[in-house]
Amino acid sequence: MTTIIEPTVFTEDPFTEAAIADPYPFLERLREAGPVSYLEATGTYAIVGYKEVYEVLMDFETYVSSGGLGPRDIREDDAWRPPSILESDPPIHTVMRRALTGVINPGTVRALREPFTLPAVEIVSELAKLDSFDVVTQLAEKYPIRVFPDAVGLPEEGREHLLPYGNMVFNAFGPENYIYQQAFANGDEHSAVVMKLCARESLDDVGFGSKIWDRVKDGLITEEQAALLVRALLSAGVDTTIFGIGNTLSVLARYPEAWQRLRENPTMAKFAIDEALRVESPFQKFHRTVATDTVLGNVHIPAGSKILVFVGAANRDPQKWGDDAAEFSLDRSSSGHVAFGMGLHQCVGQPIARLEMEIVLQEMLEKFETLELDGAPSPLIHNVLRGFDSIPVKVTPSR
Amino acid sequence: MTITAPSKAPATLDTVIESAEKVADEVLSLELRKVDGTDFPAWEPGAHIDVHLGDDLIRQYSVCSTPDDLSVLKIGVLRTPDSRGGSAYVHEHLTPGTALTISAPRNNFPLLKSRKYLFIAGGVGITPMIPMLEQAEAEGKEWVLHYGGRSRTSMAFADELLAKYGPEKILLYANDEDNGLDLNAVLALPRAHMLVYACGPGGMLTAIEELCMGWPPGVLHTERFVAAELGAASSSEPFEVELAQTGGSVKVQPNQSIVDAVEEAGARVLSSCRAGLCGTCETRIISGEPEHRDAVLTQEDKDAGEVMLVCVSRAAAGCSRLVLDL
Repeated sequence: MTTIIEPTVFTEDPFTEAAIADPYPFLERLREAGPVSYLEATGTYAIVGYKEVYEVLMDFETYVSSGGLGPRDIREDDAWRPPSILESDPPIHTVMRRALTGVINPGTVRALREPFTLPAVEIVSELAKLDSFDVVTQLAEKYPIRVFPDAVGLPEEGREHLLPYGNMVFNAFGPENYIYQQAFANGDEHSAVVMKLCARESLDDVGFGSKIWDRVKDGLITEEQAALLVRALLSAGVDTTIFGIGNTLSVLARYPEAWQRLRENPTMAKFAIDEALRVESPFQKFHRTVATDTVLGNVHIPAGSKILVFVGAANRDPQKWGDDAAEFSLDRSSSGHVAFGMGLHQCVGQPIARLEMEIVLQEMLEKFETLELDGAPSPLIHNVLRGFDSIPVKVTPSR
Repeated sequence: MTITAPSKAPATLDTVIESAEKVADEVLSLELRKVDGTDFPAWEPGAHIDVHLGDDLIRQYSVCSTPDDLSVLKIGVLRTPDSRGGSAYVHEHLTPGTALTISAPRNNFPLLKSRKYLFIAGGVGITPMIPMLEQAEAEGKEWVLHYGGRSRTSMAFADELLAKYGPEKILLYANDEDNGLDLNAVLALPRAHMLVYACGPGGMLTAIEELCMGWPPGVLHTERFVAAELGAASSSEPFEVELAQTGGSVKVQPNQSIVDAVEEAGARVLSSCRAGLCGTCETRIISGEPEHRDAVLTQEDKDAGEVMLVCVSRAAAGCSRLVLDL
């Protein structure tokens, strides 16, 4: 018999600027409150243990998504937009997921390597003329926005709304604080443009977008669902990859030995990326809703509760990763990390994101003998994403 | 190019046919005992045996008796129009008292631990499921079997399963009585902590793979009816993997994945679902012939043989060495 314990009441607010700018000391204090604790500031349960986070991700019947990934239950309140695939449960989720997985899978993504390589070569070659530059503004924010919309089949016009829209979508997974308000400043305009980009007539005939719309013809999904799936690609496929590239390079700039080892063996780039995503996970936290009374980490959680799932903390849980969990190590197997989620809602775009990150890192390794920080990276203030708005680096070009 | 030596034949067992009984249209159930009267080696649900039908004619059949009684092995053989007449030979020549050489049971389709199971069988694909149902029931798991066939008279073991487990757990569908097995309905609602086990004709499994794209990655486990010709047969032999990037080579044991073997040897493979469904571990093949067991690569990719998913796929029978870009 497991003993049911009262959750520790944790009084710090996870959505303050201090907890966001430097999340790890905050997460360590939260971890001391146990794998499952109660957050007084938000009235939600915090899930930080790897085992408990994994259970939440696997048990999609108890921890449902249709209540939304934000702190409010969108089934009771009006959501700010029609629910996405991420905010749905089976069986609605099931047909949408089938449509998406049929279109985006390792086979279809493999064909992207060539078109994705040239822009990376161009951008990094320009950087190779410099002694120092900003990884975020001069590389990470430039590359995905060049290649990803092409892969979806978007027109040129309107692409400038993708980043602000992604910023809205992810910030809405947190409370409606000033960070949220800033993200939503021109929200109506961004939403309107992006919804228009998702329409069949906006998309070319070869990209992932049109392939998703093809599933309307064969009756799997409705027109509304097709538009929502294209919207899901556009909202989830840009920011996260930008942060993934930035976070990976911010880690490697602090580990010069790893950089040297990677230069000697560039095929290890994908392991380095995986480990960097574990240590500095771009998507740090989101909510789920408890459908029926349950026990998690020996804590009783009543039906209807919102839980805040800290995947970024699970990825640094010493019980799973060892005492050096917070350290980047090229020798660690980071397999099993939950930076892309796990189970039913696991990131569909994962192979695309991995491809983009690998191509960029391999180009960087080829062009630069060393990469070091040139001042402290400046953290981005965002409700749920972990990233930087500036990562100044010094480089020495390859001879 | 590497030259692949034929894999060593597995140890064989001398058996005698105890009974041969027609249990459905075109399905013969054979019970085998060891000639020396000793027990068969232990096996687990999902296992199959090679049956030697003469010279180099070998067929694989799932074991459908119970692992609790090792004095006997039971298989079910559907008569099919295969080019070399393997199943026709079984139906025409194997009678009680006949001697039969088989391999020890081997398992490419093990029942993994889970809280809940959904079993789907098409036709003679019921055979590996029978011991699985028994184990799931003994362990008190939540499970259900959906079993479809052309007609009730073609569905081997249907009546005894129904009598043993009841109509709540055994759902039978005959194409000539109702609309048959509706996979769409069966797989419409993904369940948490539920694994899907399916065995049946290729077309049915392809449809199940597509439907399971809406389920969590890694839940689906299938066994295809093995290709008829020897050489395309499923191999459970150990094989070598040469690591072109890392250097050196590792031996992959029958019960081990390439990923596990490579990691045990201290080298690295990026992987995620470890079930042939997410594609993270896709690896380029430099030489050697793979046996694809994933649900990710298209048939075109599988035929091209340039990449494989090393979490589930293996070396093909007769290929003792794969050289991989690892």
